[in-house]
Amino acid sequence: MNADTRLSANFRLLAQGASTAAERSDLLFNAMLVLCGAMALGVCIAITLFAVRYRHGARVSRGRVGRQIGLEIGWTLVPLALFLGLYAWAAHDFVQIYRPPADALPVYVVAKQWMWKLQHRNGRREINELHVPLGQPVRLVMTSQDAIHSFFVPAFRLKQDVLPGRYTALWFTATQLGEFRLFCAEYCGSEHSQMLGRIVVMQPAEYSKWLGSGTEQPSLAQYGFARFRELGCSGCHAAGSSVHAPSLRGLLGRTVHLQDGRSLVADENYVRDSILLPKKDVLAGFEPVMPSFAGQVSEEDIQALIAYLRAGAEP
Amino acid sequence: MNYLENGHSLRSWLGSTDHKRIAILYALAISAFFFVGGAAATLIRLELATPAGDLVSHDTYNRLFTAHGVIMVWLFLIPSIPSVLGNFLVPLMIGARDLAFPRLNLLSWYLYIAGGLIILAALFLGGVDTGWTFYTPYSTMFSNSWVAVTLAGVFVTGFSSILTGLNFIVTVHTLRVPGLGWFKLPLFVWALYATSIILVLATPVLAITALLVVAERLWQIGVFDPAHGGDPLLFQHLFWFYSHPAVYIMVLPAMGVVSEIVPCFARQRIFGYRFMAYAILAIASIGFLVWGHHMFVSGQSLAASMVFSLLSFLVAIPSAIKVFNWTATLYKGAIHFDAPMLYALGFVGLFTIGGLTGLILASLSLDVHLTDTYFVVSHFHYIMVGGSVMAYFAGLHFWWPKVTGRMYSDTWARIAAVLIFLGFNFTFFPQYLLGVQGMPRRYHAYPPEFQVLNLFSSAGAVVLALGYLLPLAYLGWSLRAGRAAGANPFAATGLEWTTPSPPPTHNFEHLPQAPDEVYGYDPNASLPEPAE
Amino acid sequence: MSASLPLERHREAVAAARTASLGMWIFLGSELLFFGGLLMAYLYARTHWPQGFGQASARTHVVLGTLNTGLLLTSSALVALAVACQGPTGRGRWVPWLLGAGAALGTAFLAIKGWEYRSEWREGLFPGPGFALKAVAGAELFFVLYFLLTGLHSVHLLVGVALLVAFGRGTRKKRAWAAPRRVEAAALYWHFVDVVWIFLYPLLYLVNRHG
Repeated sequence: MNADTRLSANFRLLAQGASTAAERSDLLFNAMLVLCGAMALGVCIAITLFAVRYRHGARVSRGRVGRQIGLEIGWTLVPLALFLGLYAWAAHDFVQIYRPPADALPVYVVAKQWMWKLQHRNGRREINELHVPLGQPVRLVMTSQDAIHSFFVPAFRLKQDVLPGRYTALWFTATQLGEFRLFCAEYCGSEHSQMLGRIVVMQPAEYSKWLGSGTEQPSLAQYGFARFRELGCSGCHAAGSSVHAPSLRGLLGRTVHLQDGRSLVADENYVRDSILLPKKDVLAGFEPVMPSFAGQVSEEDIQALIAYLRAGAEP
Repeated sequence: MNYLENGHSLRSWLGSTDHKRIAILYALAISAFFFVGGAAATLIRLELATPAGDLVSHDTYNRLFTAHGVIMVWLFLIPSIPSVLGNFLVPLMIGARDLAFPRLNLLSWYLYIAGGLIILAALFLGGVDTGWTFYTPYSTMFSNSWVAVTLAGVFVTGFSSILTGLNFIVTVHTLRVPGLGWFKLPLFVWALYATSIILVLATPVLAITALLVVAERLWQIGVFDPAHGGDPLLFQHLFWFYSHPAVYIMVLPAMGVVSEIVPCFARQRIFGYRFMAYAILAIASIGFLVWGHHMFVSGQSLAASMVFSLLSFLVAIPSAIKVFNWTATLYKGAIHFDAPMLYALGFVGLFTIGGLTGLILASLSLDVHLTDTYFVVSHFHYIMVGGSVMAYFAGLHFWWPKVTGRMYSDTWARIAAVLIFLGFNFTFFPQYLLGVQGMPRRYHAYPPEFQVLNLFSSAGAVVLALGYLLPLAYLGWSLRAGRAAGANPFAATGLEWTTPSPPPTHNFEHLPQAPDEVYGYDPNASLPEPAE
Repeated sequence: MSASLPLERHREAVAAARTASLGMWIFLGSELLFFGGLLMAYLYARTHWPQGFGQASARTHVVLGTLNTGLLLTSSALVALAVACQGPTGRGRWVPWLLGAGAALGTAFLAIKGWEYRSEWREGLFPGPGFALKAVAGAELFFVLYFLLTGLHSVHLLVGVALLVAFGRGTRKKRAWAAPRRVEAAALYWHFVDVVWIFLYPLLYLVNRHG
């Protein structure tokens, strides 16, 4: 563990940041500490000074204080301006946290009471551990099998709730080698505090070696392709099918038009809903004849199917 | 004959519609609940002194922190200042003989007791382990605990809140003495008025949310279950729509108390009275629009998060104005350091710190790091305990002579105030550091690197507990042997001080005249000799 | 209460009337938020499942719902008339009958609602394992909200009917407790229950029903 476990460890307020997001977060945090600290100190010092100077019995000139409109407006508008500035800074960083780069490595995560199950694109699975390469954006696509959990890596300064019934995503670029704690940060029952894990950041070359060294298994996309055929998806969605079904080529990220006039961008949640609740958002021009596969597919199956669609093979 | 002497039987107390007696009934009940909630907190801090979960089991620990939250929020903090101090003082402060609906007031107390007993029953049956926030789908589908019973209790106490709020609003509108315009009202009345609006409008949403969770648990109606087309996030929106205004229910009355005490012991009228009144209204109204700041990482849309964060920054402005105005009130005054003033100044300092950390949490990118950690736990304890509880104690000490007719030992009271202030900071400041270092909340056992700060925090809790026990001793002693207080021992302005201590049952022999000025203090005037 | 002069007593009476009315308005404000919570859930769900809500709403009994709306609107008119007949108008003897008629229409509403629930049970529209429209995403949620909203409304309506019956008898027997200000407060409550229904009716019965 990078965090020093000795009781007499050198005290650091913030442990070393280990992601690009951490660098920005720490900058803003330190700025706010300074600002808020100044404000708090200012108030406390003013109170102390006034309390001492104007204490009952002291020989000072006292008296009623008249209306000071200028002062009141001043200390309303100046904090307002500062607060708006801080808001904008934090909001800007926040938007970056939600904009993964296009080349981010996908990792699929399923949370359940009380463990983390992760799967890399090539099929390699991990439990409570995540190996990632240094300096390469990684995007986690996460869902829960039961209650709400939260994927929290303090060293990355990042956290994202993981929900049942839909996907949430979190991306990061690790900037330090080593091991970093992974916590579940949303109370989820008896062993919530035992749902621990670690992120292992390796040199890219070692990461590749590690990735390839697992027991022989199909890649996530290959597994997804196998399920695609086993479940009968290709029966309707393949090019030569007699059933009028939408083509799935390049689906992820494409804008689709729905029957009731709305349009949306097809993302992981859209694919998941289409598999489990096919009558929910039917495409314009198609009959709602697709059956539901609820009960026939596991969360891992759905993630594999998504990986297959993302890989762009001809469905 | 004062209100305390007007009947000594149990029936005369339990059937009384006198707002002053009802206030005392509330005071006794909330004190009992405070110590139950405090016992839970003691066990929590004892467990957290060591990293391993070795004092109690996982499940017991989870039930302990839930009990602590449920009891402290709904059975202590929300009723504390409104139902004790508000009930006693609002009619007196506006020159009325009682609240607008005295029998409704008594009903409110019975509803509160009924709800409280139901919650205690759930506790004795084995407790509930969902956290006071009852997040779905854990609470609806996975918890094996007494969720429905607890929520039934919360539902019932909710109606107590609604009726109390209704009573205060109508009272302030219709029962002021002639000549007492809105801008001559004490800020305590303004604060309770605004709080009452929140009570009336926000609590019903909690009631319906509780109903939905119970229905889902009992009959699987599916409104929060994704497998049935429901959405767990819907629960969070409904819950926080109430629970964020709820924190203003807990803090606005506290601010009202402080606004009465600081001018009195600085012998100076409050600085910027109008801005203070407008700030109260602004906090209450903007407070309804910020609930999503509890959900920045929940999976809600980016746009929603951006809006909620902006509004959260805006709601901090009126709070800042109030802090500046309390500070400015001291300028050129004549400061006395009686116990109520020590508590009140403690409030200002601790609320400032808590509020500024709230600003840090309102910052979107920082919240991603700090939410669901001990940083949040410390933030809300600074506001709720360092703020609201401290203000409740301030008010208790300020109006104790009026309520009981007795003076307490100011020396012991000041010792307790200092002990509480120090114990509080020792307990909760380390928790900010724990949060920044990444310790999540609601953790029964934790990795060893967090132990030093946890040990500090638990040690501080011992001091804090001692501080909370002291008032039982000296306030209790004052009831037996305290010297008689006289009508106005602190030479305070306000209509409640123009009537004897304790007040007669009908509050005033002759209805008082509205004062010329609401805080008519002069720092250069010499204080009248305290009445013997 | 200490002895007060006639002017003070008049002031107290006027204040009492204002107090009762204001108290009822504030109580209704809280009730609005009570329904508001459910409506918030409805709006959230409808935005997520527009097609499902449309299909489910088509299975409600729009004829009965429309009839009920008419009954409730009429009852509100009668109750408003009752309030107007109070005081120095000389029409005081109409008040008990108007209140009673309002109560009767309210009871008819509840009977029809009960009939609707019975049909819906028979058609398998109660949420749960036997729900008939399981394949339509969002339909079950629609019916959960339908039963909760109309159920909550019916409970409030029942309380309203009890109030009207009580005040009908009280005004007929000229009881002191059935004072005009209290009748007015009860009437306010009745109108509120009516207004809530006016929102529920289109939201539950008329989704996607055009032409």
